[in-house]
Amino acid sequence: MHKAFHPLSLHVPEPGCRPGDEPDFSEFVIPRAGEARKPAHDATAQSMRDMAFSIVRVLNKEGEAVGPWAGDLAIDQLKAGLRHMMVLRAFDARMLMAQRQGKTSFYMQSLGEEAVSCAFRMALKDGDMNFPTYRQGGLLIAGGYPMEMMMNQIYSNAADPIKGRQMPIMYSAKDHGFFSISGNLGTQYIQAVGWAMASAIAGDTKIATAWIGDGSTSTSDFHAALVFASTYHAPVVLNVVNNQWAISTFQGMARGEAATFAARGHGFGIPSLRVDGNDYLAVHAVAKWAADRARSGLGPTLIEHVTYRAGGHSTSDDPSSYRAKGESSAWPLGDPIERLKTHLITLGEWSTERHTQAETEVMDEVRAAQKAAEANGTLTSGKSPSSRDIFEEVYAEMPPHLIKQRQEAGY
Amino acid sequence: MRMTMIEAIRNAHDLAMGADDKIVVFGEDVGFFGGVFRCTAGLQEKYGKNRCFDAPISELGIVGAAIGMASYGLKPVVEIQFADYVYPAYDQIVSEAARLRHRSGGDFTCPLVIRMPAGGGIFGGQTHSQSPEALFTHVAGLKTVIPSNPRDAKGLLLAAIEDPDPVIFLEPKRLYNGPFDGHHDQPIVPWKKHELGEVNEEYYTTPLGKAEIVRVGMDVTILTYGTMVHVAQTAASEAGIDAEIIDLRTLVPLDTDTIEASVKKTGRCVIVHEATKTCGFGAELSALVQSSCFFHLEAPVTRVTGWDTPYPHAQEWDYFPGPARVAQNLKKVMEV
Repeated sequence: MHKAFHPLSLHVPEPGCRPGDEPDFSEFVIPRAGEARKPAHDATAQSMRDMAFSIVRVLNKEGEAVGPWAGDLAIDQLKAGLRHMMVLRAFDARMLMAQRQGKTSFYMQSLGEEAVSCAFRMALKDGDMNFPTYRQGGLLIAGGYPMEMMMNQIYSNAADPIKGRQMPIMYSAKDHGFFSISGNLGTQYIQAVGWAMASAIAGDTKIATAWIGDGSTSTSDFHAALVFASTYHAPVVLNVVNNQWAISTFQGMARGEAATFAARGHGFGIPSLRVDGNDYLAVHAVAKWAADRARSGLGPTLIEHVTYRAGGHSTSDDPSSYRAKGESSAWPLGDPIERLKTHLITLGEWSTERHTQAETEVMDEVRAAQKAAEANGTLTSGKSPSSRDIFEEVYAEMPPHLIKQRQEAGY
Repeated sequence: MRMTMIEAIRNAHDLAMGADDKIVVFGEDVGFFGGVFRCTAGLQEKYGKNRCFDAPISELGIVGAAIGMASYGLKPVVEIQFADYVYPAYDQIVSEAARLRHRSGGDFTCPLVIRMPAGGGIFGGQTHSQSPEALFTHVAGLKTVIPSNPRDAKGLLLAAIEDPDPVIFLEPKRLYNGPFDGHHDQPIVPWKKHELGEVNEEYYTTPLGKAEIVRVGMDVTILTYGTMVHVAQTAASEAGIDAEIIDLRTLVPLDTDTIEASVKKTGRCVIVHEATKTCGFGAELSALVQSSCFFHLEAPVTRVTGWDTPYPHAQEWDYFPGPARVAQNLKKVMEV
């Protein structure tokens, strides 16, 4: 007997809401803070399979740190973490304004995702290498890289360490564990695995971290990274920053609607878990756990940071044409700065007055850096990198045809 | 009616999709949002999600899936968000799309259009400014098209869609809104106020493989395409040189008849493109002119191109072969 088949149709995932709709996160399941267990460092992927479908959270609604992942940060470290996130936010605000004023061509902010990069950096050691995307400036700020240098790059000015060659925020800072950012998505992910393999080959103790957004997990580079990391037990932490949106494309397009980004690790036998990316304490604890695993020779860990891109993709983007109004404020995991601030207040170590004062201090600090950077020029005025620099460092040694072209150009 | 190049491309998609339900359009941010440059805006709403949809961020996936669809019998028209992002798809384009007809003895074919914005002039740095046309013209089995105005963009895109083979369609993004002539410190005339922005609303095709003489002249032939068509015209008039300017429009197949006739008439040839020089498409043109017009040449064939370096961010206008550099080379060629 033949079964009759209906004509097929193509399934194209759609986000829950679009402009004009009420933001709705009711289907987004949020486990209670403190609920997630903390596996031993040598736990197998299989034994912690459920953690790729749950979310490690430490800070509860009252601002208390609860559960087995709490308690690894001292008060001073928490205050430093709050400061880093505040600096990053103020930095973003100033640079967005500078872009609007025509001082540079382009900018991308980390608004709403500050905890991910700032907290993660504090779980790393000097000498470790990050292979970041364009939304991990917090790795530099929390790592003590001078803001003025970041701004010099953003302005493509005479003191830009990469000599005006790259678009704004495509930093490179080897001494601060920050690999040169590429404008091509996903390429860095497998490179991080290679760097980690090199550390193992050399008998070193350093680890690498790979960073990628939800959208770019679709790239082949992501999958190649998982294969290599799993095959060679590379000392690498594989981070997926799921901020819900890849320009106008919601995360369901990269994920499909059946699994989580963390669960991508299961097919490769990589221990995988999700963390509340807006919870500084949770991000730090999970980062520390994964970094310790890597450093102990236990291989890769895949971490999905669940967060929200509160701003536009870039200064070239206007999310109001594809995202529901108010979606950002409806995001159920809150704001990372507010949550850490509340925690410190709950502990009796902070106050709203102290916070307001800190905001002023931070803004003054950022303004001072900006003033210093602008003394080196901006994209459109003042000192700029030399046009000779176009021809330098294409090769270690300039070949004859480039010498000739440089002469032709008159530099 | 007057259209920008973006509107002309959108209009071509619309007419093609309306005329042929085998045409499907997809790419990153192409569906609901209508593309980061808005070239596919409104198509999903009009033709549904079965025919215009968003793709995951995987150029390899986009092109590979399009090849599969083409082999089924559909006609995919896909967008690569920036030409600089196409490299993950290169294997699928070179090893698969380009050769499928040949290697299967015509059993499988690959009617497919891969659109991508190319070229610089928008402070896009090295990952949003490249002109990779020579990477495609070097591959047997591909056709490569680069329009320089809205009228041609529409006609050439519709011809590319009708074509039974894979076509690489490079859109000079600096021309999306107007005929940029290289004077970056001056405002451009928008296409809406330019005669080449006048686009017939009906369905029409502009044949592939046919160049257009955009300026008739006697002294020197300028072979160019895309953004540089406008730069070359400005350079010629600023240098006061009676140049004949040929907009190639299609690089493969190439309109060799028009090129040869012009160079034999003028006796001089300057090739202008934005892409890097070494092994750029200018090298092919130069070889062609040298072998077919040798006895008519009064000066060496000269190329004016981007430098053989990555495209810089801050020093963009020192890299870009603007009207001054083109004019200087025209004068040099005239002095021989």
